[in-house]
Amino acid sequence: MVDMPKPPLQLTTLLGKAVKEVAKIRGGGSALPGLFVETIDKDFISTCLSRLPKGVVLISGTNGKTTTTKMVVELLESQGLKVFTNRTGSNFTRGVAAALLGDIDMNGKLHADIAVLELDEAHAVHFVRSVKPRYSLLLNVMRDQLDRFGEIDATARMLRTIAEETSDKIVINREDPRLLAVSRELPNDKVLYFGLDEALRSKFPSDDDMRGASSQTARPPKALAVLEEAIDHTAVFSLDSKKHTATVKLEGIYNIFNSVAAVCLVKAILGDQADTARLVSTLESITPAFGRGEKLTVGGQPLELVLVKNPGGFRLGLSSFNPDGYATMIAINDNYADGRDMSWLWDVDFESLTPGISHVSGVRAYDMALRLQYDEVEVKTVETNLAKALQDFIKSNESQPKRIYCSYTAMLALRRQLAKITNVEVVS
Amino acid sequence: MKPKLNIVQLYPKDMNIYGDWGNVLTVMRRAQWHGYEPVLHEYNPGDALPTDTDIDIVIGGGGQDAGQDKIQADLIKVAPKLHELVQADTPMLVICGLYQMFGNFFRTKDGHEIKGIGVFNLETHGGPERMIGNIVAHSDEFGDIIGYENHSGLTYLSSDVQPLGKVIKGAGNNGKDEFEGARVRNVIGSYMHGSLLPKNPAIADWLIEKAATKKFGDFTPTVIEDRFATEARRIALTRPR
Repeated sequence: MVDMPKPPLQLTTLLGKAVKEVAKIRGGGSALPGLFVETIDKDFISTCLSRLPKGVVLISGTNGKTTTTKMVVELLESQGLKVFTNRTGSNFTRGVAAALLGDIDMNGKLHADIAVLELDEAHAVHFVRSVKPRYSLLLNVMRDQLDRFGEIDATARMLRTIAEETSDKIVINREDPRLLAVSRELPNDKVLYFGLDEALRSKFPSDDDMRGASSQTARPPKALAVLEEAIDHTAVFSLDSKKHTATVKLEGIYNIFNSVAAVCLVKAILGDQADTARLVSTLESITPAFGRGEKLTVGGQPLELVLVKNPGGFRLGLSSFNPDGYATMIAINDNYADGRDMSWLWDVDFESLTPGISHVSGVRAYDMALRLQYDEVEVKTVETNLAKALQDFIKSNESQPKRIYCSYTAMLALRRQLAKITNVEVVS
Repeated sequence: MKPKLNIVQLYPKDMNIYGDWGNVLTVMRRAQWHGYEPVLHEYNPGDALPTDTDIDIVIGGGGQDAGQDKIQADLIKVAPKLHELVQADTPMLVICGLYQMFGNFFRTKDGHEIKGIGVFNLETHGGPERMIGNIVAHSDEFGDIIGYENHSGLTYLSSDVQPLGKVIKGAGNNGKDEFEGARVRNVIGSYMHGSLLPKNPAIADWLIEKAATKKFGDFTPTVIEDRFATEARRIALTRPR
C-alpha cells in the first residue's frame, strides 16, 4: 500500500464532520465517521487530544466502564472543568474519533480542559501507544468475551500495559486480586487504591470465589476511597479518611462501588483543589448510564434495564436487585458484541429468581431457558423475537414494576422498541 | 432412600473456566430427575480422593494456562487412582485443559512440555492461533454434538484411539483430521464448552447410565422434558462460527 500524504487537520475535520452528518441522516452509528478519519489521518485522535491542559483520563476494566465514565465526567464538571468524553458506550478508538468530530471546531481544536475516555481493554492497549493518559482508572478484570481475548490473564496483562503507559496516577480496585498483582509491579507513588470495607466484600462475588478458589487473605493496601456501607440508595464512603454519606439515584451496590471509584479518581486528579461537598452533592444527582440499571416508565410502572455482559456482572446484578414484587425478563443475544459463546450463562447461579420469571427472549432465549431449567426456575414464556417478547411481557405484567436483564445488543434493541412507547433518552 | 451416585469434580478452583460447572450441574440434576441422589465431591490440589465411598462419575474442565501449571504435579500424583477408575469402566468427562492433560503430553509453542497422565494415547502441541467458535461434531452414538471451542492446542490421536465425533463445523482436535475429542473405555475427552452437557443431554444420560449400571446393575431412565435443549440445539446449529 502506498502511504497517502496526511491531510491538514482542518481538512480531516471538515471531511470527518461531513461524513458524520451523512451517517446521521442515514441513521448509522458512530463507527463509520470514526473509521473514516482514522483512515485518512491516523494521528487524528492524538493530535486533537494532545493539547488538553489537564490531559487524558482513561477508564478501563471488564464491568462498569460506561457508568463510571459518566460519573467521572459529571463530577469533574461539578468542579468547573470542561470535559470531553465518548459517552455512547462505543468504547473503541473509532468511537473516540467519532465523538471528537462532534466536539471539535472547524480548526480541529477541542475546547475542553480534560478528556475522560472509556476504552475496552484491547482497544485501550492500542490507544495508549499513541496517546499517553495522564490518569487511568482500572475497575476490575472478570471473565468476559474470552472468545475475543482468549484468557483472563491476558486481559490482566492488557491492563498492566495501560497502567505502565500512564504518566501521573493510576487508580486501582484493591479488591481485585489480578489488579492488585498488576499494581505491585508499578511505582508506588503512582498508584492510588479504592476499595470496600471488609463487611461488604461478601456482596461482591468474584470469579475466583465462584467455585471456591482462594480468595484474598493478605492485608489489602490502604485505599484513598473506601465504600464503608451501602444500604439501598444510601452510601457511606470515606475519602482521604473522612466519612461522607450520599443518597444516590444509582441502582445496585456495584454501581455504588463504581461511584466510589469515580470519586477516588477525581480526587486523584484534583488533589487538594477538589471541593468535596460539591462532589458528594453531585454524586447524589447522577442517574444511571443508559441500559445500566436505567429506569424507564411504561404504563405508569417502572421498567429497569440491567445490562449483563459476563458472569461477574450478571451475578452482581442478581445479588443487587431484589426480584420480589417485580416481573422479570431476561434477553440474551449472541452477536459479536455480546460474545458468541453461551458457556457464561452456566457460571451464574439463578436460584435467587426462584420460583420463576415471566419471559426469556433474544436469539439465545432457549439457551437461557435451558439454564434456568437446571436451576429449577420456571419460565412462563420463551419468545426469541425481542419486540414480541417485550410487548407480551409488558401486557401480561401491566400492574407490576418490571426488570429486564439483557445482553448488550439485546439492550440496544429493547431501547429502540421502548422508545416507541415511552420516553427513552437518545444516546448518539 | 434413593440410590446414591458420587460425582467427583476435578479441580473446581483452578480448572473451571467457561461453564465447566454447567457439566457438573447437568449430571447432578439429571441424576436427580432419574431418581438418584447425586453427591458432589470437589477435588482440589492436595485433597484426598474419596476412599470411603465409590467414585461413580468423574468430571473435569478447562483452565487458564496458569491453572494448568498449578494442578500438573497433583494430577500426576493421583494418576494411579484415576487409571484404576478408568480400568474399572468408571464414566468420566474431561473438557479442554483436562482433556489435554489426560493425554500423553502438551508441548507449548516455546518447547516447554507439560506431562499428561496418558489415559488417552494422544499428544497436544501449542498452535499458532486460537481455534474459537461454534462447533458441531457427529457421533454415531450421540448424534450431533453441539458446543463452543476456544483452544490453541492442536491435539493428535494415536491410531488406537477413537474420536468422540467427526467435525461437521469448526476445528475440533486440530483443524485438520476432522476429529473432535477422544474416547477410551467409558472416558470422554472433548474441546467443547457450551456447556457441553446441557445441550447434549444424550451424553449426560450416557454418563449416568454407565455409572448406574456399573453400581446397581441397571438403569431405568425417567422421561425428562428436554424441549428447551432441543430448541437451543436447533438454534445453535444456525448460528455463525
